[in-house]
Amino acid sequence: MMVNVLYFASFREMLGKADEQLPATHGDVQSLIAELATRGDNWKQALLDNQNLQIAVNHDVASRDTRIQAGDEVAFFPPVTGG
Amino acid sequence: MAHFPHIKIQQEDFDLSTEIARLREGHADIGAVVSFVGTVRDINEGDDVAVLELEHYPGMTEKALEKIRLEAHERWALESSVIIHRIGKMYPTDQIVLVAVSSRHRENAFYASHFIMDYLKTNAPFWKKETLPNGEERWVDARLSDKDAEKRWK
Repeated sequence: MMVNVLYFASFREMLGKADEQLPATHGDVQSLIAELATRGDNWKQALLDNQNLQIAVNHDVASRDTRIQAGDEVAFFPPVTGG
Repeated sequence: MAHFPHIKIQQEDFDLSTEIARLREGHADIGAVVSFVGTVRDINEGDDVAVLELEHYPGMTEKALEKIRLEAHERWALESSVIIHRIGKMYPTDQIVLVAVSSRHRENAFYASHFIMDYLKTNAPFWKKETLPNGEERWVDARLSDKDAEKRWK
């Protein structure tokens, strides 16, 4: 069972990826971030060390503490700039 | 995916008169319509802007905008409302966003349209990338003043 992970805007460019499927072995967003951050400096910088990181789980605003399970969609992105 | 008839995310331009006619249709008790149209500036952070590209998060965008719209209807007595946001490539003077609200009396429509725009700015997952005349591309930074604007409604 997998979670769908999405990256938007400058994150997509910085991480070189728009989306990916990952095994649902993470209890919450925090632990997913911890694993992704081991991929390299750009991952660590975008997700782990970023005070402005925005998170959504299943299209709702979420936080690092939000629980995730198989079938969920987790998205990471920078502060929004629409309008 | 849920369908929200009062929320439109589209590449194509919109026509203000057509949208306001739709908003008023079937509501003879409307006494006020307030609309806000956001447009593309040819300058940002002191630099000329040639192209503005809007990206969004399909699915979350519609949900976030519908939530904002419904909250406006809870806070003020409104008859109808619509939010249209364009995506893709746009150029200076183009229309980007429309918020239109109707109510029996003007005050509710004024407040609600202002509220919807302030919340859209900080809560709807859109991102702007601008291209300068020399071809340089850059992501637009979020503004602190937009966060402050949101706070006035707390």
